[in-house]
Amino acid sequence: MNISFSDWLTVLLHFASMSVFAIGGAIALIPEFHRFFIDEHAWLTEAQFSSGIALAQASPGPNALMLAMMGWNFGINATPVGYSHYAFAILGFVSCLLCALTPSCVLTFTATRWVQKNNEKMGVVAFKKGLAPVVIGSMLVSSWVIVRGDFVLANNWQIWLIALTTLLLVWGTKIHILWLLASGAAIGASGLLGSF
Amino acid sequence: MTNTGEGPKSLAELYWALTKLALQGFGGVFPVAQRVLVEERKWFTPQFFLEEWAVAQVLPGPNIVNLSVMLGSRCFGAMGAFVAVLGIFSMPALLLILVAIFFEQFREYPAVAGALHGMGVVSAGLIGGTSLKMAGSLKTHPLTFFGAITFTVITFILLAVLRFPLIPVLLVMGTSSVFLTYWKIKHSRVAKGSE
Repeated sequence: MNISFSDWLTVLLHFASMSVFAIGGAIALIPEFHRFFIDEHAWLTEAQFSSGIALAQASPGPNALMLAMMGWNFGINATPVGYSHYAFAILGFVSCLLCALTPSCVLTFTATRWVQKNNEKMGVVAFKKGLAPVVIGSMLVSSWVIVRGDFVLANNWQIWLIALTTLLLVWGTKIHILWLLASGAAIGASGLLGSF
Repeated sequence: MTNTGEGPKSLAELYWALTKLALQGFGGVFPVAQRVLVEERKWFTPQFFLEEWAVAQVLPGPNIVNLSVMLGSRCFGAMGAFVAVLGIFSMPALLLILVAIFFEQFREYPAVAGALHGMGVVSAGLIGGTSLKMAGSLKTHPLTFFGAITFTVITFILLAVLRFPLIPVLLVMGTSSVFLTYWKIKHSRVAKGSE
């Protein structure tokens, strides 16, 4: 993949500009980054996109690390011939994470006092409650774009079955997510889902 | 804000508490945050913690990151906010890089590629299930459950089926939902006041 310096800037700017739109957290941004990295620029593959998210979920810590994994895979694809993949992957990981976090952290730091003072005001309550249904909608889309992208490539109906089973288990039971991820890894390793 | 709790004694203590908390958080740090910061360390009272959490949810950005910025800055100013965010990210990021290197080394093996594939599909299901859990909280929404779900469904169609970019959808759907919610709350408060 031929990725120039200005492509790096485009990516970092996109992370920085999406930062303050991360209402409901990093997960709500997945559809936007899927559109940006795969549909618009073809800088990541579906396999990289979904496995990056999977690794971030399997490993402890804030969900925002999913965004760092997009930077990781972008760095791997952007590595010039003769250089270390890992050096560029780590560069992508750290720089994308910093760009994704800094604007929203600065905003939080400056706006906290105001919101604390006005937390009971009708406008703030309406903002919080009014956004909830829209945020939930975009989170559901996150789930949808990963499965759909995967299905288009692997063309295997079991993918829908496994995603739906997981969804129902998370929704209806208190099973720990590590069990679910481990089961997914075992099913995948057996070759049932096919490869990309 | 009268009784906030004892708070951490030093920046180092803040850093390690948040590191410990982040390393226990698989797919959702809030329950862990509440247990570590309120129940174990008693840095904040439950009441204060809930209020801060409500504010963290209103502001853009990941909730747990916002919460770290708020708690850190309340105790030690800008430096506290910085150290808190560092605490929540540094160790998990390091760990994730090691995990990613490990998988990158063995990606060529069909079993490893297959395992990653399976985990990716399960992750998608996890996100969907978590969203549906959150949708349960819409039952008490000012727009009624049906009204709120209508916004969820339209947002889903615009993004998933028609594939519009996020920002225009967020602006149009978010603004109309917030305005309608505002109008509803105002209306119900006026109605209650006149009884």
